[in-house]
Amino acid sequence: MADLPHDTDPQLPPAEVADVMPPHAHSWWSHYVFSQDAKYIAIQYSGTAIAIGLVGLVLSWLMRLQLGFPGIFDFITPDAYYQFITMHGMIMVVYLLTAVFLGGFGNYLIPLMVGARDMVFPFVNMLSFWIYLLAVLVLVASFFAPGGPTGAGWTLYPPQAILSGTPGGAQSGIILMLVSLILFIIGFTMGGLNYVVTVLQARTRGMTMMRLPLTVWGIFTATVMALLAFPALLVAAIMMLFDRLLGTSFFMPALVELGETLSYGGGSPIAFQHLFWFFGHPEVYIVALPAFGIVSDLLAVHARKNVFGYRMMVWAIVGIGALSFIVWAHHMYVSGMHPYFGFFFATTTLIIAVPTAIKVYNWVLTLWKGDIHLTLPMLFALGFIVTFVNGGLTGLFLGNVVVDVPLSDTMFVVAHFHMVMGVAPIMVILGAIYHWYPLMTGRMLNQAMGHFHFWITFIGAYAIFFPMHYVGLVGVPRRYYEIGEPAFMTTPVEGLNAFITVAALTVGAAQMVFLFNLYWSSRHGRVAGSNPWKATTLEWLTPVVPPEHGNWGDDLPLVYRWAYDYSLPGAPEDYIVQTDPGPKTPAAGPL
Amino acid sequence: MTVILTFLATIAGIAGWWLSRQGLMSKPWLESVGPVPQTDPSHPPPYRLGTAVLLAVIGGLFAMLGSAFVMQIDETPWQLAPLPDLIWLNTGLLVLSSLALHFASRDEGQGRQIWLVVGSVTAVGFLLGQLQIWTTLTQNGYELSGAPAASFFYLITGLHGLHILGGLVALAWVWLRLSPTDERTDGEAPIGLCALYWHGLLVIWLLLLALLLGLGNEFLALCRSVLT
Repeated sequence: MADLPHDTDPQLPPAEVADVMPPHAHSWWSHYVFSQDAKYIAIQYSGTAIAIGLVGLVLSWLMRLQLGFPGIFDFITPDAYYQFITMHGMIMVVYLLTAVFLGGFGNYLIPLMVGARDMVFPFVNMLSFWIYLLAVLVLVASFFAPGGPTGAGWTLYPPQAILSGTPGGAQSGIILMLVSLILFIIGFTMGGLNYVVTVLQARTRGMTMMRLPLTVWGIFTATVMALLAFPALLVAAIMMLFDRLLGTSFFMPALVELGETLSYGGGSPIAFQHLFWFFGHPEVYIVALPAFGIVSDLLAVHARKNVFGYRMMVWAIVGIGALSFIVWAHHMYVSGMHPYFGFFFATTTLIIAVPTAIKVYNWVLTLWKGDIHLTLPMLFALGFIVTFVNGGLTGLFLGNVVVDVPLSDTMFVVAHFHMVMGVAPIMVILGAIYHWYPLMTGRMLNQAMGHFHFWITFIGAYAIFFPMHYVGLVGVPRRYYEIGEPAFMTTPVEGLNAFITVAALTVGAAQMVFLFNLYWSSRHGRVAGSNPWKATTLEWLTPVVPPEHGNWGDDLPLVYRWAYDYSLPGAPEDYIVQTDPGPKTPAAGPL
Repeated sequence: MTVILTFLATIAGIAGWWLSRQGLMSKPWLESVGPVPQTDPSHPPPYRLGTAVLLAVIGGLFAMLGSAFVMQIDETPWQLAPLPDLIWLNTGLLVLSSLALHFASRDEGQGRQIWLVVGSVTAVGFLLGQLQIWTTLTQNGYELSGAPAASFFYLITGLHGLHILGGLVALAWVWLRLSPTDERTDGEAPIGLCALYWHGLLVIWLLLLALLLGLGNEFLALCRSVLT
């Protein structure tokens, strides 16, 4: 905190935002359950997301058991396999990754990092979580509904999604999925309004937009994108629900099912694909941008170095956010489109690699000549960079129509998007938990368990997805319950498939060690004290750790400098916190 | 996707204008430590900004619906339902409702109460009028489960009506909690927020009406010809 009492600083500008203490909890229920404190809401969001994420993890094990050892597990029927695929995909992309990054880290870090007491609309923020929880419960309910959950694939393409040949299509599976998505979007919108307005309105004195940590820039931009992209999914879900329940034909052409002519006619399945991917591609960056921001902060803190090219990092985040809205149809090359459109979307897809590459270069240059501490957050951050580059490069291949068309329906694509959108962001989530766990609990996570967790996860992820690229290249199609021995496959892959399955089970088991570490360290971990990583940003500067209600005690913090004053020449320590009003020696080097 | 891309271009323009005022060209690492700078929170205060962001999200929702509507025009034999003249009366009621809430947000005491009554009654009248149009169309053979062109009419007007209904619930809540002595007319006054929401839904309705009447077809055809 600043040494100067606020009212004695003659140069202090008047407060632009009223310092209002958020509502106090009056009972155990309003403190721990129906809490309006963003920190509790963050933990509720994260806990729920991790719980449903574990369901998604188990589903992936079941899929891998079928692919690695076909015919052995009788309970994995073809219908069940498609249901596992569908639920795994939707859970991981929407209910885990989006919820953890925005609902979890967004809620915890935005108020603390911008120097606010809480979100601007705490009640709406609380509602956001409870509607999210309801969405998760509706989704889980579909496992127990007659016919089970939908097996339409996570993209839910019509017309098959609502026909009787697809698991859950003629029963309640697809209905519960669509209702759950609608609830999720309503809940997210409530939270998203909070994140955006808090960043715009509740920054403390001195915290200009260009002094914000990149974590906040990433979450803020991703939230704006999500608020604009999720309506596309909402519209698609509502229209499909109408088709399924009310007999409309928005997405349903005239068709015959099992010899019977259905009453549908006149609709366009391709329209659904446009709507879905207009949400679906920004969704990749809704997950990636917070990860980009967080990893930038992890690298700066643990390499004791300012972020290289801060301005360009901000521009790149904004640029990627904007560009991600004009690349959606690269997911639809195999659906057929005008060649000029294919050219357009291939070009925009390649252009988006430019700001992305700027970020990667800047991360590497942040590390260059840094005082790198190979802490657990740093290990996960490094793991992210390597994995993101690998996944991103195969994305450049797939962005081209002529490469995508033959590879689109193979395991190559599965490997690609799991590297770039599965493993990479999960690495950041894990690194961020290791980094901010001391702030949330006051204790450090156990190092030995952490190292075991990192190395098994990192090596295991590559053991899963590197061979999967090869499996796809030799022709193994995705979404197949069992491929047998087709004539077009000249290279046997049974051994590789079994290997991948064993690796997947091992990586999954390592996550149990992590969960145990979370529990064990909260009771027995080394006491962290305040600011154990010697970071500069505001979240570490609260009067009490973990931060209490209202975050800042009597006075809001004053911000005198940007977020990355590390290893300044002539400074007594290798970091200067944002609230330090002392003299500053300009850093050398960055753009 | 012409409609949603046009909408997003507008949003991008506003975002670009705002970003240009945030010192994106500054070099924070070179700023000498001195006075704490003004942080310049965005001009509209929090609740007003929150309402504006909500309207942008709702605008995105209807722009997506508009895109889906336009996308299907070329797909099938497309026949828009002939809308009864009642649609103009309904539109007039919504305009009146929006104006009444505007005056309610500026007025005080008894005058405000009168404007609130006028705004609410006309909004309810709008909703009842929309329901009457649904009945008329169904009787004329344009059913919800018929051709997609008719289905779109029900979907679009239904969702818009739901938003009006939600606004009415919010307005009732504000009205009940409004103290007779509360004479705030600033940007954060609850009635003012309701008025802003109403204005937003009115603009959205006018654009939707143009779409449903086929008034934008020539413009959209021009956009498509440019794109293709």
